[in-house]
Amino acid sequence: MTTGQRHIVLETKNLTIGYTSKKKENVIADAINITLERGQLVGLVGANGIGKSTLLRTLTNVQEPLHGAVYINSQLLSDYEPVALAKQLSLVLTEQITSKNLSVFELVALGRQPYTNWVGNLSQNDIEITNKAIDQTNIEALKTKKCFELSDGQLQKVMIARAMAQDTDLIILDEPTTHLDMYHKAYILKLLQKLTKETGKTILFSSHEIDLAIQLCDTMIVMTNNKVVSGQPCHLISNGTFKSLFPEDLIVFDENSGSFKVRK
Amino acid sequence: MNNNYTYPFLTLIALLIICFFVNISLGSVSIPIKAISGSLIGNIENESWQYIVQDYRLPKAFTAILVGSGLGISGLLMQTLFRNPLAGPFVLGISSGASLGVALVILGSGLFGGVLASVLMSKWSIVIAASLGSFLVLLAVILVSLRVRDTMAILIIGLMFGSITSAVVSVLSYFSSAEQLQQYIFWGFGSLGNLSWSELFIFFLIYLAGILMTIVSIKGLNTLLLGENYAKSLGLNLKQSRLIIIIATSLLAGTITAFAGPIAFIGLAIPHITRQIFPTSNHKTLLPAVFLFGAIVMLICDSIAQLPTSDYTLPINAITSLVGAPVVIWLLVRKRKMFF
Repeated sequence: MTTGQRHIVLETKNLTIGYTSKKKENVIADAINITLERGQLVGLVGANGIGKSTLLRTLTNVQEPLHGAVYINSQLLSDYEPVALAKQLSLVLTEQITSKNLSVFELVALGRQPYTNWVGNLSQNDIEITNKAIDQTNIEALKTKKCFELSDGQLQKVMIARAMAQDTDLIILDEPTTHLDMYHKAYILKLLQKLTKETGKTILFSSHEIDLAIQLCDTMIVMTNNKVVSGQPCHLISNGTFKSLFPEDLIVFDENSGSFKVRK
Repeated sequence: MNNNYTYPFLTLIALLIICFFVNISLGSVSIPIKAISGSLIGNIENESWQYIVQDYRLPKAFTAILVGSGLGISGLLMQTLFRNPLAGPFVLGISSGASLGVALVILGSGLFGGVLASVLMSKWSIVIAASLGSFLVLLAVILVSLRVRDTMAILIIGLMFGSITSAVVSVLSYFSSAEQLQQYIFWGFGSLGNLSWSELFIFFLIYLAGILMTIVSIKGLNTLLLGENYAKSLGLNLKQSRLIIIIATSLLAGTITAFAGPIAFIGLAIPHITRQIFPTSNHKTLLPAVFLFGAIVMLICDSIAQLPTSDYTLPINAITSLVGAPVVIWLLVRKRKMFF
């Protein structure tokens, strides 16, 4: 970054996403060309049912693209071995973790799994990185608590710490701000922004908090019915991309404030 | 992390040793513990005591240890794999499969008649029938697990196999004599006391294979605590780990059922009792703890079932539930938290 050299972490080339059912392709979005650089905070926005989840599932190798390719650090996503991919890409999902009997430290330390030996013993280095992730996400006070003692906002911070401990160039979060109050929504996104700047990691998240994302993100990916557009938030505002995000009968995008207003 | 648990572990090991000796000393004839240690190192005081200890009570105590620890561990495996605190070693339909095999031999033997029936009634044929039955159910479950992506589907399919086999057993029962039915019911009571040293050796080998596969799975089990999608994102080969866990459970629960009958309750309850004392989800701690608890509880249950100083032996299967269920209820009511 400092040398001005661009380092591309995630890149899609002519990506088409969707499902195949009964040998018929059901295309959800096509011609997706996204380039995410090192240290960027990237917000993915779009209406419900537009295909955000499908795009994230494709980018995280949960489902195959219909056409085109996804590259992570210049290597084809599907060419990665599972453990090798786990060292490039970590996730924060919307689903609840199975066991809330884990302590916060244990949970964050599970992020070190791709690096530990066959029985999962933590080395001194693993413990250091785990503690650093706990430090970076401001959850030292929770370290010895059990996960069932945490609030939703605290748990989300812990899950982000776990992804940090996995020490990957790219972190993808699926709607990290749902179920959180206004303050914690802003807190989590601000935390993500801080992490990208401090660590140089690239963080991609999907969200419905469009106004917050506009204020905090370096790049935004906007999914509309016709196409998938990415760019800096200010450019997307000036070329009117956000106006096509929702039907205009109820809410309209106000370019001056960068947020949606209800029609009077 | 294990260091926090040094004292509980030492206590459990001491408890296991005490239970082991108490178990051997109790029975229709009480044998002083001093005499037991004597007969173990070849210092013979009393010929009949020597015989009782070496040929009857020692194998029975070892069987109790293998059965208790094996069922506890396979229960733990199933609870983690199926993310369900109510799962036990038999959710895959293993005991149903074994029951079907045994039912075919005991209840079906009348259909073959004569010489063949007496061959079929030997003890090994029951062991083999139980093993074959549970193996066939296991095979079906594994084939299914290779095809379906959803682990919950495996759970439901296991339950369905259970329903089918119990239906077949019902049909067989309908056509059986009272004597055959009684024998089948007696098998269902469970028994720890029938194994010779050579049978115990075979039992131990298969048990060991199951335990080794469990140890290999420790890391995967811990990853599964986050849920399957997180586990995959951490580089876990989900299908392979799932297969190893299912085979380990089947080996453990299958042989135990074959040699000791369908022992109820232990597999479900031991992991819960363990989690109350060791409040962790880390399988590196839980596995040895469940091993010790399972062995201890089984030894205690067996000592009670002997009805010390009387000539009666109660069905072990009834004792495990009678002793264990109130303990679990008490633990959960007191702690008011179902750890998982």
